[in-house]
Amino acid sequence: MSVSSPDLVAYDEAVTQYDPVIGIEVHVELGTKTKMFCSAEVEFGGEANTQVTPVSLGLPGALPVVNGKAVESAIKIGLALHCTIADSCRFARKNYFYPDVPKNFQTSQYDEPIAYDGYLDVELDDGEIFRVEIERAHMEEDAGKNTHVGGSTGRIHGAEYSLVDYNRAGIPLVEIVTKPIEGAGERAPEVARAYVQTLRDIFRALDVSEARMERGNVRADVNLSLRPTPESPLGTRTETKNVNSFRSIERAVRYEVERQAAILNAGKTVTQETRHWHEDTGITTAGREKSDAEDYRYFPEPDLVPVEPSREWVEELRASLPEMPAVKRRRLREEWGYSDIEMRDVVNAGALELIENTVAGGVSPAAARKWWMGELARFAKENDRELASVPVSPAQIAELQRLIDEKKINDKIGRQVLEGVLAGEGDPAEIVSARGLEIVSDDGPLLAAIDQVLADQPDIVEKVRSGNMGPVGAIIGAVMKATRGQADAGRVRELIIERIG
Amino acid sequence: MSDITRLTAAELAQKLQAGDITSEQATQAHLDRIAAVDPTINAFVTVTAEDALATARDVDERRARGEQLHPLAGVPIAIKDVVVTDGVQTTAGSKMLEGWIPPYDATLVEKIKEARLPILGKTNMDEFAMGSSTEHSAYGNTLNPWDIERIPGGSGGGSAAALAAFEAPLAIGTDTGGSIRQPGAVTGTVGVKPTYGSVSRYGLIAMASSLDQAGPVTRTVLDAALLHELIGGHDPKDSTSLPQPATGYVKAAQEGALGDLTGVRVGIVKELTGEGYQPGVQARFDESVALLRDAGATVVEVSCPSFTTALAAYYLIMPAEASSNLAKFDGMRFGLRVEPTDGPLTAERVMAATRGQGFGDEVKRRIIIGTYALSSGYYDAYYGSAQKVRTLIQRDFTAAFEQADVLVSPTSPTTAFKFGEKLDDPLAMYLNDIATIPANLAGVPGMSLPNGVSDDGMPVGFQILAPISEDARMYRIGAALESALEKQWGEPLINRVPELEAQA
Repeated sequence: MSVSSPDLVAYDEAVTQYDPVIGIEVHVELGTKTKMFCSAEVEFGGEANTQVTPVSLGLPGALPVVNGKAVESAIKIGLALHCTIADSCRFARKNYFYPDVPKNFQTSQYDEPIAYDGYLDVELDDGEIFRVEIERAHMEEDAGKNTHVGGSTGRIHGAEYSLVDYNRAGIPLVEIVTKPIEGAGERAPEVARAYVQTLRDIFRALDVSEARMERGNVRADVNLSLRPTPESPLGTRTETKNVNSFRSIERAVRYEVERQAAILNAGKTVTQETRHWHEDTGITTAGREKSDAEDYRYFPEPDLVPVEPSREWVEELRASLPEMPAVKRRRLREEWGYSDIEMRDVVNAGALELIENTVAGGVSPAAARKWWMGELARFAKENDRELASVPVSPAQIAELQRLIDEKKINDKIGRQVLEGVLAGEGDPAEIVSARGLEIVSDDGPLLAAIDQVLADQPDIVEKVRSGNMGPVGAIIGAVMKATRGQADAGRVRELIIERIG
Repeated sequence: MSDITRLTAAELAQKLQAGDITSEQATQAHLDRIAAVDPTINAFVTVTAEDALATARDVDERRARGEQLHPLAGVPIAIKDVVVTDGVQTTAGSKMLEGWIPPYDATLVEKIKEARLPILGKTNMDEFAMGSSTEHSAYGNTLNPWDIERIPGGSGGGSAAALAAFEAPLAIGTDTGGSIRQPGAVTGTVGVKPTYGSVSRYGLIAMASSLDQAGPVTRTVLDAALLHELIGGHDPKDSTSLPQPATGYVKAAQEGALGDLTGVRVGIVKELTGEGYQPGVQARFDESVALLRDAGATVVEVSCPSFTTALAAYYLIMPAEASSNLAKFDGMRFGLRVEPTDGPLTAERVMAATRGQGFGDEVKRRIIIGTYALSSGYYDAYYGSAQKVRTLIQRDFTAAFEQADVLVSPTSPTTAFKFGEKLDDPLAMYLNDIATIPANLAGVPGMSLPNGVSDDGMPVGFQILAPISEDARMYRIGAALESALEKQWGEPLINRVPELEAQA
């Protein structure tokens, strides 16, 4: 199975020829203490097969019991997405054989989801609001994880054997399915990205999940089809599975538009199939063909009674919903005094929460923005990663800014300290003391350095004495150099004038 | 003390409490009996003699210290091999699980262990509880102690035969379409299928989740009530478990044994008598109804028209659920694993080879039926229709229970048939459960108790059905009939089991 470089149509051209329709399925792993149907604890990174019970291993005789906290989270998500919450809903079995599914069926919701018929307003880069209609949000359990050993690619092909870790099996998921998203036109990739980003923000605001894309807490499957005009019937779609970063969602949609346009332009038909996204090469390749023959033999899960959330409970949860991210954004923009464009840039860069937490650490909104949108955004870009995943915390930035505000270091040293933090040398204060970067506030060494510079450059001293203050800057520069930048420039200036005066 | 094994559980419990015998003696007596007759009867897949004796000695020590113990503490028990037992092989009668040692206990086993009943071992059964004859076990046929050429019923033939052969005073069975009651009927023992959800299913290897129910297999109604109270009650680990406690059964059985049924309305289900029922079976049934009338009961005939379609609905719902429940047996995580000797060793091929070799014919037959019934395009026609029939059956029960306090019928249309007689005719085998299946579809409790022998000398069973959660009512009527019958016979029917030749 070699991956040849397929024909593509340039994106701008493709979207003048075709109208893209997208559909997005987002899975979010809920941050509950225990699994969806048993008491096994959920924690990231445990040793393989240690977070299991007879239930999550699917041992003979074991029975599921629904996690009430997971139901609560699912209802909160449904409410935040303006969905109707079902009075009664059921779980169903989705039957298929695969080694990472312990029971060879997944317990999921099929025709009776807990939440349905909602919408989400998504703010695009230019401030335009795009409404995405939500078909449903339903509960299900995650599968285990296969590791294929012995092959060169880490994929099942060529592997000698496979290991299965069931720690993830049974972790509660909520799957959110959109209705076909029409009318996005050329902005389809942006809409897709912004939609998932907005969802992620909501998951965090609701405190139902850590929602970390890089850990697979949030996974998106992106359906895409092209049609000649918005009036034409829907075209054949492909489903690109498990796209796991915001940037990749945008790229994957663009790529599928370019690829499908090429197929259609060649007079061929698009195959309905699942496709895999390749982060490294930025392309998708064909996976399983999704034929009509696929039959999950859904039927109501007989081991569970229906879930019937009371109206009182649902209303209680509705009343307890936190401020939604879009509302909060408007509030923060005003509180922080950012301009519309500044705020949008912050949001698009994924810096909102980081700045919020930095401000909470006692830093002015302007300074917080400067760090995250300046140095750190640059670092993230150079290293091709999400801003949220750069190895520095808002608390560390707050500490760094505090050191500057307290004049323990200056701005320039601050940037050196930040490099140290990014390199994993520790917290800012530790780095300052380890590297000996603290500003020299003791006048003794400063005077010694000044005297040395003045002695070296008698002509400059003369000029200053005669009232020409211009060369003072040169002396300050020389002193700063001599103290490896650790001097407070203001104090140096005072001392020079005192000395010469 | 060889007659220890002839005692009922209640009698044995009394003697243990009085200090007349020790639990070690009682347990050893049953183990000796197993050693003597089980090579013939084959009621047990696994005998756990050491564990049983250890529990027995522990009970004796505690009793000697004056510790307060459960009334049944020290009374030995056998458990159907479909119930998961920690550290002891659990096979469900299948090759698929040969040698599988579960790492946990079913809730009902936990309760039995807490009450300190020595567990003698695990009893034989049709593979994954599919069958009415125990001929479908991977561990050989269990023989009927009344006539070893005949089947002991199924799927719980092992538990019933162990009781009829005096190898155990108590046993646990499971009943999905009659697997406690029908073996009870054909072996002259008492079998109770409690209200669905009143005994936890946690740790029962599922055949059909919405129908499966564990319950007592005993030699008397009172013993069944004692065991039912022990294993019943709410279990937070089973989402379908009912909230109410399992109480009042023993009291009801004791009251019933006094024999007064004045004011009780007994309903004969028209659809479960008459044509198709062996003459001897029908005759014993009629005689028993007369005894109930003599005890003061009013007898009415009720009609449950949808019962005629119950068998068809059952044989869609049960295999549909079973096809999904049995999917986990794939050679990946536990039990049998068969690797194909030729071609690539993919997960899919290992699964196929394991399932091909591990499952017997009856299990494969039901998996195929169930898979078909759930397939898209057929779901509505088969599974969906069957669920609608199920609703009709529930309505029939509701209507019938407005006219009668309990419903009665013969438990099984015939006495025990001979081995192999129906092996090649699955439909004929399925017909054996025609009277027991409606109770499972509706979730109502049912009991079978011995009410005589037919012309062929084989025992016959009488079925009593009660409304949901009215299990106590069933015990009361059952005990009343039992005492009237025993008065007539002058002894319990089970004493007429022919003496088995002990094997060296």
